[in-house]
Amino acid sequence: MRASLLALALATLATPAAADWQATLDAARGQTVYWNAWGGDARTNAFIAWVGQETERRHGVRVEHVKLTDTAEAVNRVIAEKAAGRTSGGTVDLIWINGPNFLTMKQAGLLHGPFVADLPNAQYLDLSAGSAATTDFTVPTDGLESPWRLAKFVFVHDSARVPEPPLQLAAFPDWAAANPGRMTHPAVSNFMGATFLKQALVELSPDPAALQSAPTDATFASQTAALWDWYDRLRPNLWRQGTTFPENESIQFQLMNDGEVDIAMAFDPAAPAALIEQGLLPDSARVFVPEAGSIGNISFVAIPFNAAHREGAEVVANFLLDPETQARQQDITVLGSFSVLDPARLPETAQAAFAALPAAPALPRLEDLGRTLPEPHPGWMTRIAEEWARRYVK
Amino acid sequence: MTGGRALRGGVLLAVGACLVVPILAGLVTTGRAAFGVLPAIGAVDAGLDPWRALIAQPGFASSLRLTLVTGFAATALSVLLAAAAVAVLHRRVRAEWLAPFLAVPHAALAIGLAFLLAPSGWIARGLAPLLGWSVPPDVATVNDPSGVALILGLMAKEVPFLILMLLAALSQIPARTHIAAARALGYGPGVVWVSVILPQLWPLLRLPVRVVLAFSLSVVDVALILGPLNPPTLAVAVTRWFAAPDAALLLPASAGAILQAAVVAGGIAILWGIEQAAAAAGRLWLRRGGRGRTGEPMVALLAAMAAVLAALSVAALIVLAVWSLAFRWPWPAMLPQGWTLRFWMTPGDWWSAAGQTLAIGGTATIAALILAIAWLEGEDRGGHPRARWGEALIYLPLMLPQVAFLFGLNVELLRLGISPGFWAVVWGHVLFVFPYVMIALSDPWRRLDPGHLRSAAALGAGPMRRLVAIKLPLLLRPILIAAAVGFSVSVALYLPTLFLGGGRIATLTTEAVTLSSGADRRVLGVLATLQAVLPVLAFATAGLVPRLLHRNRLGMTGGIVA
Repeated sequence: MRASLLALALATLATPAAADWQATLDAARGQTVYWNAWGGDARTNAFIAWVGQETERRHGVRVEHVKLTDTAEAVNRVIAEKAAGRTSGGTVDLIWINGPNFLTMKQAGLLHGPFVADLPNAQYLDLSAGSAATTDFTVPTDGLESPWRLAKFVFVHDSARVPEPPLQLAAFPDWAAANPGRMTHPAVSNFMGATFLKQALVELSPDPAALQSAPTDATFASQTAALWDWYDRLRPNLWRQGTTFPENESIQFQLMNDGEVDIAMAFDPAAPAALIEQGLLPDSARVFVPEAGSIGNISFVAIPFNAAHREGAEVVANFLLDPETQARQQDITVLGSFSVLDPARLPETAQAAFAALPAAPALPRLEDLGRTLPEPHPGWMTRIAEEWARRYVK
Repeated sequence: MTGGRALRGGVLLAVGACLVVPILAGLVTTGRAAFGVLPAIGAVDAGLDPWRALIAQPGFASSLRLTLVTGFAATALSVLLAAAAVAVLHRRVRAEWLAPFLAVPHAALAIGLAFLLAPSGWIARGLAPLLGWSVPPDVATVNDPSGVALILGLMAKEVPFLILMLLAALSQIPARTHIAAARALGYGPGVVWVSVILPQLWPLLRLPVRVVLAFSLSVVDVALILGPLNPPTLAVAVTRWFAAPDAALLLPASAGAILQAAVVAGGIAILWGIEQAAAAAGRLWLRRGGRGRTGEPMVALLAAMAAVLAALSVAALIVLAVWSLAFRWPWPAMLPQGWTLRFWMTPGDWWSAAGQTLAIGGTATIAALILAIAWLEGEDRGGHPRARWGEALIYLPLMLPQVAFLFGLNVELLRLGISPGFWAVVWGHVLFVFPYVMIALSDPWRRLDPGHLRSAAALGAGPMRRLVAIKLPLLLRPILIAAAVGFSVSVALYLPTLFLGGGRIATLTTEAVTLSSGADRRVLGVLATLQAVLPVLAFATAGLVPRLLHRNRLGMTGGIVA
């Protein structure tokens, strides 16, 4: 009986890959996936909870959200487990990861995979070499992490106070001099703060192509000289005279809501609209993008090499790429985070679902976001953060 | 006496094997990493490189200086304010009133204070229409480079703790008689306190003060919220290096954690020196025989400062509750523009965290209480006072910075194959709850009138009967207060819950600290309010139960005027 059912099941599956996926689904049923993800945003937390409800209903896979204050906590846990010789049955099944944390895990051989190409919903991704979905800070993902939400560096201004914000990074010091104390950036030890400096680097560097490979002492000195000159002019007119900085982007939005600053920044173009919706930003908050374009990248999920519930984690990663899930994620009343799927690969029904999403005054259209500048190699971010600390932390 | 010896041996074994050895093992692992040996990341060559890397960290010297300044200032001011407040108010203050201050976790109170004091906070919003501020002034009233807000935030928690310790100690001496006698001799009421009462209380207060100093020198959460951040205090810097994505930073982070332990040890040594000097100076002052009327305004001023601090704390708690009901609350509105119950009506966010907090806190407190009573009873039966090393064993977890051993402990537990989870967290909480229970219970226990016990023995009651029928009922109030203290300690614990729960055990505190790195003060308000409510209920119970049980026996209320 069982054999004939299996035969029937196999007969209905078109390809060997699909058969493999069925095996993954079977193994995943009943698993609990410990998804380690930053827990500082209630809407993201609610979205992850919804993902868990859906994967449990559809595939019998529960999701337990392990809320992190910093992604490195999960990375360190995997490092500690490897050190302790725990090569299976690890406590981390899925990590919301990117940038330096991904590089650390990839280099240390701490990741399971490649697995992305095995996910049925990967058909909706642009996985051609060098595409945004296959590179994380210039580092090839090699199928070791799966995309889930789109990030693009944007500025946010309170249009009631600042109707005409500066549109070039080079113009920021003058704006700050005219409006002392009215802007800041998150601490450079934070991802967002470092990204602000990186955006300035990309705009101010004499040879942006040099940023695509790891910095040497010589290229670092020549490419960043203009950056430090610019920052020295900007810093004295920042909030608190540039002596202290908000811990992260969320705290910076809190400052904007409190009226302490007029300009903030985000890696999620829909964040201001979502925050207005939640009552966490003034209605007059709007997005603006530097004329030269801005840095963009994608948020990924990855599976540690020793994950106890690898199959379940793959099912969750696949569910995140479902066009229906991505459309819900992009819905401003739910999460408001742009889709990572390639619109050209979507069936018409899915495209219609995206087209029908509600709009909001603070929500930019994709075409408003301008050009996407390539991310520098992660080595630049690390060295900029170190050099910044050396110069300005006394 | 053999029964007594067996009890003492058993308790010592339990404390040693379950509390002390793991801490030391964790410390050793951190210590080895501090000198370059952490096989987990492939580091095997012992040497001083981690220390060189530590000293080379930007802002290292400032971090160290900030740690020392804020730690000592917070401790000294807290002792002064607590002593002055008790001097002025002791006959009118009730331990239960302290409950909200003791109960609300550091992080939550700090967040409330930050919103109160910030240039866009409640105080500034009140001033804005008077001073014509269209935007908040650009001055650092929190995260200020000199650490004033951090000192204030620490004092907001430490002053009530020291007042509670003072009240508990006060119940052990005939204070009223002494005050009456000294007043009759013409001493001012505040000065009576400083010259007659405080020296008697100090031996009972010495350990709590050391704990406060160790805590102030190594606190992470309050320093993150209120302290300077560029650079931060040493403890925050070390925690950041441990959490950095670059695994190579684990070694200098370990060196920093060991330095943090040395800073605390050095701080306690300095405190001891100050004690000796103060005792000598005090004797000199007493022999001169002044009536000290001129010192009165100083005591009154300090007491007034304590009252201001209490008012700030109350306002900080109120502001958290208001935030939990706010929808939009922009500058410069004094109250939210929109109100909502939605953050309370989505119990998915807080229900299970509240349950975990209750289960972990309850289990850890009961375990710690049983251990403490067994320890104290063992001392009684053995007829020995506590040896210094015994004292050291108990207070080890409070004197050592958490970050110094938790990292190593986690590595050791994983090596032993012990999975993080509920029971590991409960055990980790007992490490910290047990010492506080001992602090709260030891002195009332020792000051128990031995006459009762002798009478019972003369009437033929054995050791067990004396414990159950005499000691425990007489000590019911201090026991319940000790339990409430232990429970509130458990509720506020962050790092042990995070490390030993593998990040999977979500309590109100871990949820609140996680959310404090986000923009939403409203959900945070819900969690913080709940965080305060649970321990407040514990303290209320501790106050209410003895009064109900002993309502016809005035002598059994423990001498604290209720």
